[in-house]
Amino acid sequence: MNKSVFFGTVAAASLVAGFASAQTLAEVQERGTLNCGVTTGLTGFAAPDANGEWQGFDVGVCRAVAAAVLGDANAVEFVPTTGQTRFTALASGEIDMLARNTTWTFSRDVDLSFEFVGINYYDGQGFMVPRELGVSSALELDGATVCIQTGTTTELNLADFFASNNMSYEPVPIETNAEAQQQYLAGACDVYTTDASGLAATRATFEDPSAHVVLPEIVSKEPLGPLVRHGDNEWGDIVRWTLNALIAAEELGVTSANVGEIGNTTENPEIRRLLGTEGELGAMLGLDADWAANAIAAGGNYGEIFEGNIGESTPIGLARGLNAQWTDGGLLYAPPFR
Amino acid sequence: MATLSDPPRESFHISQLLYDTRYRSITIQVIAFILIVAAFVFLARNVVINLSALGKDFDFGFLGSRAGYDINQRLIEYSNESTHGRAALVGILNTLLVAFLGCIVATILGVIAGVLRLSKNWIVSRLMSVYVEGFRNIPLLLWIIVIFAVMTESTPSPRDFRGADPEASMLLGESVAITNRGIFIPAPVWGDGAFLLVSVFIVSLAGIWAFRRFARKRQEATGAILPVFWVSLGLFFVPVLVVYFAYSAAISRDQYPLLAVGAEQGMTLESYVEANGNPSICALPSTAGVNLSSALREIGQRANIVRVSTEAELLEAVQSGDCILAAVSPTVAASFPGTVEGVEMAALTDTVDRGRPLQFERPQLAGFNFEGGVQLRNSLIALWFALSLYTGAFIAEIVRAGILSVSRGQTEAAFALGLRPNRTMNLVILPQALRVIIPPLISQYLNLTKNSSLAIAVGYMDVRATLGGITINQTGRELEGILLMGLFYLALSLLISAVMNLYNNSVKLQER
Amino acid sequence: MTILSVLFIAYVLNGIVPWMLGGVWNAGSLAECRTVLGAFGGDSHSGACWAVIEDRWSQLVFGFYPQEYYWRPVLTFVLMAVALAPILFSDWVPRQLMIFSILYPFIAVWLIWGGSIWVPILVVASFVVGYLVYRIASGVVFAGLAVGLAILATVLWWMFAIDAINSRLNAAVGAPRYDAAVADLEANLAILPEEVATAEALVESIDAQVAEIVADRDAVVSRIMEGVSDVSALQDELLAYQRTLTDLRNQQSSAARALTVVTAELNDGIRLLESYQTLPALIEALPELRENVANAAGDEVALAAAEDALRSAEERMDSIYAVLGRVGLPPVQSREIGGFLLALILGVSGIVLSFPLGILLALGRQSDLILLKMVSVAFIEVIRGVPLIVWLITASLLLNYFLPPGTTFDLVLRVVIMVTLFASAYMAEVIRGGLAALPRGQYEGADSLGLNYAQSMRLIVLPQALKISIPGIVSTFIGLFKDTVLVVFIGLLDPIGFSNSIRADTDWNGVYWEIFIFIGACFFVFCYGMSQYSQYLERKLATGHR
Repeated sequence: MNKSVFFGTVAAASLVAGFASAQTLAEVQERGTLNCGVTTGLTGFAAPDANGEWQGFDVGVCRAVAAAVLGDANAVEFVPTTGQTRFTALASGEIDMLARNTTWTFSRDVDLSFEFVGINYYDGQGFMVPRELGVSSALELDGATVCIQTGTTTELNLADFFASNNMSYEPVPIETNAEAQQQYLAGACDVYTTDASGLAATRATFEDPSAHVVLPEIVSKEPLGPLVRHGDNEWGDIVRWTLNALIAAEELGVTSANVGEIGNTTENPEIRRLLGTEGELGAMLGLDADWAANAIAAGGNYGEIFEGNIGESTPIGLARGLNAQWTDGGLLYAPPFR
Repeated sequence: MATLSDPPRESFHISQLLYDTRYRSITIQVIAFILIVAAFVFLARNVVINLSALGKDFDFGFLGSRAGYDINQRLIEYSNESTHGRAALVGILNTLLVAFLGCIVATILGVIAGVLRLSKNWIVSRLMSVYVEGFRNIPLLLWIIVIFAVMTESTPSPRDFRGADPEASMLLGESVAITNRGIFIPAPVWGDGAFLLVSVFIVSLAGIWAFRRFARKRQEATGAILPVFWVSLGLFFVPVLVVYFAYSAAISRDQYPLLAVGAEQGMTLESYVEANGNPSICALPSTAGVNLSSALREIGQRANIVRVSTEAELLEAVQSGDCILAAVSPTVAASFPGTVEGVEMAALTDTVDRGRPLQFERPQLAGFNFEGGVQLRNSLIALWFALSLYTGAFIAEIVRAGILSVSRGQTEAAFALGLRPNRTMNLVILPQALRVIIPPLISQYLNLTKNSSLAIAVGYMDVRATLGGITINQTGRELEGILLMGLFYLALSLLISAVMNLYNNSVKLQER
Repeated sequence: MTILSVLFIAYVLNGIVPWMLGGVWNAGSLAECRTVLGAFGGDSHSGACWAVIEDRWSQLVFGFYPQEYYWRPVLTFVLMAVALAPILFSDWVPRQLMIFSILYPFIAVWLIWGGSIWVPILVVASFVVGYLVYRIASGVVFAGLAVGLAILATVLWWMFAIDAINSRLNAAVGAPRYDAAVADLEANLAILPEEVATAEALVESIDAQVAEIVADRDAVVSRIMEGVSDVSALQDELLAYQRTLTDLRNQQSSAARALTVVTAELNDGIRLLESYQTLPALIEALPELRENVANAAGDEVALAAAEDALRSAEERMDSIYAVLGRVGLPPVQSREIGGFLLALILGVSGIVLSFPLGILLALGRQSDLILLKMVSVAFIEVIRGVPLIVWLITASLLLNYFLPPGTTFDLVLRVVIMVTLFASAYMAEVIRGGLAALPRGQYEGADSLGLNYAQSMRLIVLPQALKISIPGIVSTFIGLFKDTVLVVFIGLLDPIGFSNSIRADTDWNGVYWEIFIFIGACFFVFCYGMSQYSQYLERKLATGHR
């Protein structure tokens, strides 16, 4: 008799029997929902709206994976995690994947035993200062008071940047973005530093965005991407190739609008393979043939997800920059589907 | 055990273990012991299995590796090159600091509010009720966040102090700056002659102690009450001040020349700085270095200070290029004959004061911030205030209950004896009220100490934020980190309750 | 002194009142708030943006709890008042209601989390079983052993009987329903796509209306900004537009919700139908699988494989029947519980569950048995010596290490367990105070009547001690309820957690004071009410003793 019964008597519906080894796919299918770890709230990347529906760029990745695996973009349980609890939640099997703008670093990949399946946003740490300070370069920040969000790689980058430029600074660690914003606007710190995307999102919601400048220096590489537990390669492949499918779809011109018919009308063999009208890529992953079509239909291809949540038409207004397709001078380069 | 009185030859049956009350308690305890041990073994076994499944081990080695992050408030030397262990220590000291300060202010606030709540003035007592109920019924976390935000919103930022017609100005003769980054106050710096000052102070303290003894003996013998307080006060301040002013007068005229690398003849400090940019200065442990850095700030320049302890080290630092500017005594300056082992050094036309035995370094606006002096960071003040106000509200209730518990007859009896009101309070009411007040007060101190773990909400770097936050996050050592943190809090709590219980026993009613 | 106080009050009120009264109630985002405030000649410091509360209050109160089931938590807390009545107002309420108070925790859990009604009934039955075993055994063996046997029986019942009986009952109810359910589902699936389309059209039409009104409103705002002479009429017009917009937005969000609901119904329906349709095949395959197991006896590998196959088929059947034959409420995931509802659940369940544990610990601490006493003291001191936040982090980061590999259970439950352990240490101290306050004569009296330990505790000591402890228990509860906000640090969305995620929405990024004031006011009303009640109780008890 399994242990679930014992705890089940305490709260019948609240037990998840998880196994941290190679059967995540079977488990997700059995359960009928994907447990996806997101932030407790980061503008543009993941936040619940007034109806309790989660919206955002990272959320889009979760929905795409759910659509690929279960055929239903809404079959996702979003599990809010903090900077501190995110890795434990993944390691313990509480969530199946983590899409919480997490930086891919060596030690997280190797020492903490996770598998980063790709990069969905190329970010870097930047600085924002009030225009009235007259600062035009981060190298002029000697002696400044800097607001940082604690519990991330930001702190380490900041220490390295100031040490290597032989400057001193006063860190003001803050738990959440909202607090940091409040402190910065009140002038309790001269500089606010976090990922450049976060700076842009924060600045966009100021009463007077033009009174603040984001400095040109980007002091770190922050490749943000979804990750899964180490050791379940089948599941890792599914998440990895779902992300790749979104990126490839943009490159190949497959959108949520045309994904229904293009698979049958196009002559392009790669699109046909991607959408499952030719070949057996889906079966190799252990999924249906139309897995990628479902993923793309869920929220659109990479470009659509980007534009819908953080792109230039949204209040956040991020330019594609590094996150453009390689054909447009960006870094997005999905491996071939063959 | 009762077995001693058993007749020795009585035969023993197994069933007695269950049915005989003499043995039953042993049986129950043995069973309980087995169950507890089994539970611990079960947990430990799970931990071992889970750790090995995750590929982790149980190892405190991470405490020795480089931390890599900076901490703003550090009571001991710390930089991002230091170890995680040291970061934890910095956090522990910060926790202790805020807990200590919080306990003191909470007690003061609580006593005032508790007494005022019994005041006959309707508005005052209502106001105190609002305070007490408001803080008791809203979560502390909310108060901490709100107080932090109110402080940042209502105080000026350092930028507002700048310019010809600044929006904000410093207080107390340009020595205290209240900003939304914290309160900057002058920092004491020991200069030449400090040793003398300290020695005199210690002698005065000994004198005070001796006088109080004498006064008590005299009172016991003759009943005459000597003015202990005033004499103590005088002994406390007068000798030290006399020595201080005498010594300062003796050395205040001394000027120290400034030696600068690559300075041309006749350069002033300002023109040298203009030519060389942000200078690093070498400071010997004396007030002259402090005076140099404040001279630099006067002209709107902030300096990187390299601390050296001897003249030989100073020479080394100059040679290695760590610093290019130093204030040295005239004798040392004379021994620098222009070029020292390849480094050109020349005296500037400006000089700085040698300084006094004890000098206060004023905070000055330089660069983005106020520099110099001591910065009481907003995070510390907000947390300190929030903890004190919150705990103070609980202490107020305790104090009120304590005072109400002393029967009215005691006061009346004291008055009947002819005691003055303040002596009545000190000698009659307070000692009795204290007995009621102290035990719950101890648990409030414990609560305050534990509540200081909410520091993270305002970014105060306590042990929960360093060891239990960033370190765990960076190293992935949750088990070890949380274990250490839990042990620290546990030890601290036990220590506080032990100390306070000792005190409680000393004021307890001696029952005979 | 008086003047100072008056000045202080005047200063504070002068700072806050205009800001609060000058607030904006009708707006869809912070930017809109600022526009409205700007049109009235101020900036965001001159008035509050209460619209955020209007927009999100249901989230702050219920979290993600499905809106159509809001009645369940509400009913739960109404029933709580009924359940508490016999305990708190023992003078006026008939004692028979105590039975309801005892059953209440099971009803509450079932109402909030939903699921099959058999589970709570079977859990209650486990205690009945335990009690029966105790009654029978106590006639044969001494009391301590009887208690042990009763506990054993209860645990065995939990481990073996509940699941089995539950699935039998589900199957019994579900099997006859099968044909009707499949037909229903198919019929439903036939209409659902149409409903989805209607809902989509509705959403679109409302969107268009909103855009229209927004354009009109913006025109008004720009005219105000131009500095027309007749500003006040335009300002009134602006407010009217904002009110219309708020109404429209409410319609918009309910339409959007309706759309999500029908879409989810459609998707779930398709999956459900698929799984229903596998049922006949599973039933058919069952005898064969059983036969395989029987045939494989002797060959260990084959036996294990055959048993696995049988078990997985049975489990799949069970899960289908659990849906098909559910007598009860639709289940709600504990992840969907948030806001004040979460705080209340944590606070109440912490206190209720810690009550028996606290009594045991208090008795243990007073016990003559050295070992029990030591263990109780160590437990209480360790729990009380370490801050709750550290325990919560332990619950979220470490509990998995201490459980058998492969078991994980959800965070809310883990937190409930931690909060219960935490509260039980405090509860033990409160009850110990109650025990100590009892006059020595009560204990001696009980002994002289020849009662054994259990009887004297149950009949004489505890009833009196607990009554004295009620004020202490209430203040422990207030403390615990306030402390539940700490769960924000482990990623649960309590009110403060929601304040962060609301501000992560682009609409409300930058809102600060309004949410905190709302949360603080809610906590104050609740806790102040409780503490006033406990003071009333204290007075009542105090007079009772003299």
